[in-house]
Amino acid sequence: MKIVMAVIKPFKLEEVRDALTAIGVHGLTVTEVKGYGRQKGHTEIYRGAEYAVSFLPKIKIEVAVADALLERTIEAIIAAAKTGQIGDGKIFVTSLEHALRIRTGEADDAAL
Amino acid sequence: MSFHRPARLGSAALIATLAAIGCTHAAFAADAPVPNKGDTAWMLVSTLLVLMMSVPGLALFYGGLVRAKNMLSILTQVFAIVAMVGIIWTLYGYSLAFTDGGSLTNYVGGFSKALLAGVDANSTVGTFSNGVVIPEYAYLVFQMTFAMITPALIVGAFAERMKFSAAMLFVFLWVSIIYFPLAHWVWYVASPDDIAAAAKAVAAATDGAAKAAAQAKLDDLTGSVGWLAGAGALDFAGGTVVHINAGIAGLVGALMIGKRVGYGREIMAPHSLTMTMIGASLLWVGWFGFNAGSNLEANGGAALAFVNTMVATAGAAFSWLMVEWMAKGKPSLLGICSGAVAGLVAVTPAAGFCGPIGALVLGLLVSPLCLFFVSTVKNALGYDDALDVFGVHCIGGIFGALMTGLLVNPALGGAGLTDYTNITGNNAGTYDLVTQMIAQGKAVIATLLWSGIGSAILYKFVDLVVGLRVPVDAEREGLDITDHGERAYNM
Repeated sequence: MKIVMAVIKPFKLEEVRDALTAIGVHGLTVTEVKGYGRQKGHTEIYRGAEYAVSFLPKIKIEVAVADALLERTIEAIIAAAKTGQIGDGKIFVTSLEHALRIRTGEADDAAL
Repeated sequence: MSFHRPARLGSAALIATLAAIGCTHAAFAADAPVPNKGDTAWMLVSTLLVLMMSVPGLALFYGGLVRAKNMLSILTQVFAIVAMVGIIWTLYGYSLAFTDGGSLTNYVGGFSKALLAGVDANSTVGTFSNGVVIPEYAYLVFQMTFAMITPALIVGAFAERMKFSAAMLFVFLWVSIIYFPLAHWVWYVASPDDIAAAAKAVAAATDGAAKAAAQAKLDDLTGSVGWLAGAGALDFAGGTVVHINAGIAGLVGALMIGKRVGYGREIMAPHSLTMTMIGASLLWVGWFGFNAGSNLEANGGAALAFVNTMVATAGAAFSWLMVEWMAKGKPSLLGICSGAVAGLVAVTPAAGFCGPIGALVLGLLVSPLCLFFVSTVKNALGYDDALDVFGVHCIGGIFGALMTGLLVNPALGGAGLTDYTNITGNNAGTYDLVTQMIAQGKAVIATLLWSGIGSAILYKFVDLVVGLRVPVDAEREGLDITDHGERAYNM
């Protein structure tokens, strides 16, 4: 099992969700985050105070998938989240040791 | 605001003027004037408007500008100041500001009306028109709201790092020692109707002894005046007493308490400009009570002050928007709101004296000036006046006070100078630019020195007694949690 973590542009969330649902991934956790990579920030001016703001709002999604679904999950996210502009985001994959459904006690692949 | 129409109160001029009035006030001494219901209603409504300027107007205007972790500290400080000053005003503030102080009467009143002694529902005070009075209760509660908002303005300067206890102790001392005397200097005059009656008595006295006695009484009355009012300084609704006063007290406080931790390095963006705009809008609406209510009657004079308050503010708001667009590249909401407030501040001393076009020019000019101070000057000098109390209120107030001296000229559409014991016509011929500007300058400098130095002493005292500033950890965590045990937003 793997956890796929993707940091994407906020307006892409619905598209990514739809793409994942289409390939059979039915659960997802979403966090609002700030971040930057190569995308430049902007300047905010409040009367006499000028701030160079480099952190930009992003969305982080985390989804646990069975190994068999990993390739298609990554492809789906990339296809949905990509705009071709700097700041599209990144995907990170980590190993997942155990997964459990709280309500029923199902474990590992049955829990995903 | 009291009958602070300009007053060269030289009794010779007074008597000459009254002789010219002739029989107009023959019935004076016989019938005590009774308040007009329209005037009374207007004064009570104006009072509501000015209270609304403090809560929630100013509270939200300032609150939106600070970080979320300090929102409640602003709201609480403003609300608590309003409540505390309401008590103080009732106990002794009204008396110290608006009664005769005996030998000290040019500088401060006395305690004759402490606990509002002697004031009842039938008591009246005079207005700018001879023979027109309003209930004293209406007048004193109107003035109370001015005493409430003035110290509340100051908190913006030391926002986000001043201890609540220090703020409250400071304000208690400041209104008592700085504000009440200053209000007395600018706005206290003996009742114009009493003066008119006394002058008539002098003119009517037949023999030497009676004349001397009547003259002595007249001299007592004309001498019973705050020294700045007596010097002819024009301040319709409180440019000096409220704005320059609070502005310089704010600057001194900001300097003495020091900069916020991280100032200049960390981002301290306003947490809700939406709230700030709500506050600015409430301030604009409420300010009609502040300025037009200072006319003390519901008549053409009030309407003039009303129009000026509208036009100057519109001009100043638009001006800031445009200038900022050109100078910084984008027209901002904070800019237009700040412009509106700057215009309101500048028109405060001028509201009943200038004409609408003068008010427009005033508004258009004050914004670039204040914008310059809140950005270029403040950044160059590096002081942390967190919410620009000095840059907007003090600078705007000084500009307004000086421009009042210019714009009152009838040749520029102004109302001209009027001897308040004879409001039947303008004494346009008595206006002299140099004389008037000197009087305005005196008021500005007196306010800056009195409030600046006085506030410095009080801040030092409060620092020694309770300490001005919260510890660094508390400042980092936010005053809402550390001083008030609450969060503004639980989402």
